[in-house]
Amino acid sequence: MFEVESSTRIERSSVMPGTEELIINMGPQHPSTHGVLRVILRLDGETVTDCDCDIGFLHRGTEKIGENITYTMFIPYTDRLDYIAAPSSNLAWVTAVEKLFGWEIPMRAHYIRSLVAEFSRISSHLLWLATHALDIGAMTVFLWCFREREMVLDLFETAFGARLTVNAFRLGGLFQDVPQKFLDLSQEFADLFPGRIGDYETLLTDNRIWLQRTRGIGVISADDAIDLSLTGPVLRGSGVRWDIRRAEPYAAYPYLDFVVPVGENGDVYDRYLVRIEEMRQSTRIIQQCLAQLPKGPVSCKVPRTIKPPAGEVYHSIENPKGEFGFYLVSDGSETPYRVRIRPPSFVNLGGLKKLVLGGLVADVVAIIGSIDIVLGECDR
Amino acid sequence: MGIVEGKFSDNFVTARIDSLVAWARKSALWPMTFGLACCAIEMMASGASRYDFDRFGVIFRATPRQSDVMIVAGTVTHKMGQALRRVYDQMPEPRWVIAMGNCATCGGPYANYAVMQGVDEVVPVDVYVPGCPPRPESLMWGVMQLQKKIEQERYIRRKA
Repeated sequence: MFEVESSTRIERSSVMPGTEELIINMGPQHPSTHGVLRVILRLDGETVTDCDCDIGFLHRGTEKIGENITYTMFIPYTDRLDYIAAPSSNLAWVTAVEKLFGWEIPMRAHYIRSLVAEFSRISSHLLWLATHALDIGAMTVFLWCFREREMVLDLFETAFGARLTVNAFRLGGLFQDVPQKFLDLSQEFADLFPGRIGDYETLLTDNRIWLQRTRGIGVISADDAIDLSLTGPVLRGSGVRWDIRRAEPYAAYPYLDFVVPVGENGDVYDRYLVRIEEMRQSTRIIQQCLAQLPKGPVSCKVPRTIKPPAGEVYHSIENPKGEFGFYLVSDGSETPYRVRIRPPSFVNLGGLKKLVLGGLVADVVAIIGSIDIVLGECDR
Repeated sequence: MGIVEGKFSDNFVTARIDSLVAWARKSALWPMTFGLACCAIEMMASGASRYDFDRFGVIFRATPRQSDVMIVAGTVTHKMGQALRRVYDQMPEPRWVIAMGNCATCGGPYANYAVMQGVDEVVPVDVYVPGCPPRPESLMWGVMQLQKKIEQERYIRRKA
């Protein structure tokens, strides 16, 4: 991957005899790369002088598959893009197709979609916190986070019959109304969860080891973050108040009250704080959705064969990882002409080099964790 | 136990070497975390609080050098297949492979140019666990199937 410049090596060796740069290879089978990412690092002692990412180990040709199947049949494939927050990916797809049609979705469906999307945000952030803390060395957080994550997965199972790849939404609304048990359990979870977030914070927020491993590590300024098109908590950690739920509201978000948390320093610690606060805000949104949930149908009238008008559309939503969008070209037939996925992880991973350069090799693990990538959508 | 029955004091246990080795091997199956895609998340859930794989002696290791069984959890692409084979070769024998999920079993919903149609194209598989993704209970079933298989293996006295 790298060309070793011979001239610099000779020059260096005249000053410091016996040292040379080391190229190490992290992944694709590495527990801290969160999937099958390969990172090639060039080290000078412990300092990272260059970094290159090799992706594509999970390239499954999802975009091409989308061109050959109908709009409804593609929904299960979106589950497997961002598999940690499957309902969010579903939502991005169905809202994109609905935008192409210009359908009016019933309010109850909007509210249930927002509710489930916030649950998926919580489940994604819990998994992120669990693995991120585990990478840095805190085992207890992993077990505690999975305890609450199982509760969220139970909720998905109550409503949609699956734990992970839920296939939650349909074009035009929902497949069927959610059972009352789901709403009761959601209320129970929303009442219980803020206390549990406090538990995680007692373990980490003021922990001296955690502060040393995260504060001032992987700093990126707001301007750089915008230049690199970073989105989601990575952007907000640098202090940019950009959230698509606010900027271009979809589903029931125009009617819901929540705060978009931002950080100040743009380091790993601030990104941690942003995600913790986002979980609190998600719980608030869930409380509001449950309180305001309107009655009525959960689906608009959908034709038997779904043939959108010819045209193109781009629609994106605020996925737990950042801006998750679909660019669709329709030629008026039953299958899309082109499906383009705008994955947040792929774009955010572009900022990795900027974040790790000049840092220590041990911090690379913390920085990769703080970007919160999922390779399913990165490689597509 | 025939002729040795009652010949020793209470602290002695007699067993066949074959059963003893099989018992030891099946009781401490250390899998390597070969998480590739969606199934990896369910594999993590299996190791976490609720399902608690430690009860089976299944303790996840991050390196092939310390592991007995490779749980291939997720879609294996042609690009990943080479790396997978290399990691398998680094594991010490005896070694077993569990193909977790439809993708690792047969390619799953991805029948195209990028995806290997089953991990058995590169490594021999002992147990196939169906599901997309399999629930942690299914993975548990897979591990128990593998334990049954190990129990039946003979080391000293080969089967006729």
